[in-house]
Amino acid sequence: MPSSIHTPHSLLDRLSDLLYQRKGLMLAVLLTPPLLWFGVIYLGSLLSLLANSFFRLDDFTGQVVKELGFGNFITLFEPANVDVAVRSITMALAVTLAAAVLALPIAYYMARYARGPQKALLYVAVMLPLWSSYLVRLYAWKLLLAKEGAISWALQQVHMQWLLDALLATPWIGGNSLSFSPMGTFMVFLYMWLPFMILPIQAAMERIPGSFIEASADLGAAPGATFKHVVLPLAMPGIAAGSIFTFSLTLGDYIIPQVIGNSTMYIGQVVFKQQGVAGNLPFAAAFSLVPIIVIAVYLWLAKRKGAFDAI
Amino acid sequence: MPSSLANSGRLGASLPLKLATWAVVLFLHVPLMLIILYAFSADDKSYVFPPPGLTTKWFAVALARDDVWAAIKMSAEIALYATAIALVLGALAAGALARTQFFGREAINLLLILPIALPGVVTGIALRSAYHTLEIPFSFWTIVIGHATFCVVVVYNNAVARLRRISPSLVEASMDLGANVFQTFRYVLLPQLGTALLAGGLLAFALSFDEVIVTTFTAGQQTTLPIWMLQELIRPRQRPVTNVVAVFIIALTFIPIIAAYWLTRSDEDSQNR
Repeated sequence: MPSSIHTPHSLLDRLSDLLYQRKGLMLAVLLTPPLLWFGVIYLGSLLSLLANSFFRLDDFTGQVVKELGFGNFITLFEPANVDVAVRSITMALAVTLAAAVLALPIAYYMARYARGPQKALLYVAVMLPLWSSYLVRLYAWKLLLAKEGAISWALQQVHMQWLLDALLATPWIGGNSLSFSPMGTFMVFLYMWLPFMILPIQAAMERIPGSFIEASADLGAAPGATFKHVVLPLAMPGIAAGSIFTFSLTLGDYIIPQVIGNSTMYIGQVVFKQQGVAGNLPFAAAFSLVPIIVIAVYLWLAKRKGAFDAI
Repeated sequence: MPSSLANSGRLGASLPLKLATWAVVLFLHVPLMLIILYAFSADDKSYVFPPPGLTTKWFAVALARDDVWAAIKMSAEIALYATAIALVLGALAAGALARTQFFGREAINLLLILPIALPGVVTGIALRSAYHTLEIPFSFWTIVIGHATFCVVVVYNNAVARLRRISPSLVEASMDLGANVFQTFRYVLLPQLGTALLAGGLLAFALSFDEVIVTTFTAGQQTTLPIWMLQELIRPRQRPVTNVVAVFIIALTFIPIIAAYWLTRSDEDSQNR
């Protein structure tokens, strides 16, 4: 018998003592439901995705043939599919880079200068778009970018229509109108994921001691030099953390390029079309491994930059 | 408290920095304001700017639409179930991981984050391939399962941030005073954790209510509000109604977001300092 002063009365008390004395048991009780859910449903789904990528579609019956083979992966390396992957990765990198450039000044201002109500206002101003409806914001850009929409109108008012026309005439990024050009797709991606970049950078900058900035200034560095040599390196984990979101979200999105853009395809669209219209789940599964692998490589690089300390 | 970056900015920001900051704020918010303007536009054929005239008649038209109401109801029900599951699983995971160190802890942490760290397309097609393999027909519940999976992390993050702020001595004091584990949870932890769970739940609700990518992979004939909206985006048929629904969605999602921010702002402060 345990010689404790407190003698357990009810079953609940005894259970409680058992849980309290054995931390491992407590942990197991707490973790079992979430682990069951994630282990069975989520990991199970990912495994079934992996298995499906090795199956193939019977061309005559349209049924999935459950035989393992590498046919899908050979198809992945056809030029058209490599094109899609390269286009998606390029877009994801461009969006990430542009988001970092736009996020740095506002994050720096929020961390260093804003305070009190202004700080709260800025924080909410960045957080609201992040959480508010993705489709509504996409719809807003459809209105903005339309030929008869607000951007065209604003440019006409300041007699800058020629600039838009010149940009739209540029190969690779141009198109019929903003809403049917890769430039438009890029702008919408940037708008959608920008808050995901600002918030981690701001959090990283909040942790920089003010004395570092003062020391740098005392030692004769101009503000620009202080930013480059002190603030930027210390903000790097935040930039890396934000870039995980901007990169991964761009790489997997299939709705934005479907609504705003020309008819060129991105990874997400191919996955969606293959499993939906074409009914080729095995090939869609194989294609969806592309972003997983690209993101795994990206995460590995980001981890080396210390991104996970800043999320 | 060490002097942080924020305490040292006595000189004030330079003009270009201020301009860049407020330009980004405008960039983030002008599109949302535009949505509100368009809801009152008298034009019903195109997206012409500026609107030729202003009217409130489309609000009445939209309110009378049964398909819109059915979609809202469907989305709200899915979000409620998904949030309930996410609250339970997220709180349990947070309780287990907030103050412990053990082998595999990081792996579990990663597993919880994975559904939002991986693109929605991956989560969506993974679930679809599992349903397909197990021959589970698409239904209301296949959507709920998908939504609950990516909502857990939101609740988990909020609960972990709060649990780390609660002093462990409070729990010890409660146990010393004779409370058992369950009483300690009920009377000491839960009151402290309550607002964090509420905030996590609100965000999970907003996330689920608005989710479209995973939904398109896990829905059969179900039309949630985002799916209704997506159909309008791809093939616009009733622009004025869509404009009004967009405003309605903004209003409906802003409330839980602002409320969640209000409930957890002290957690944010303690993380940042």
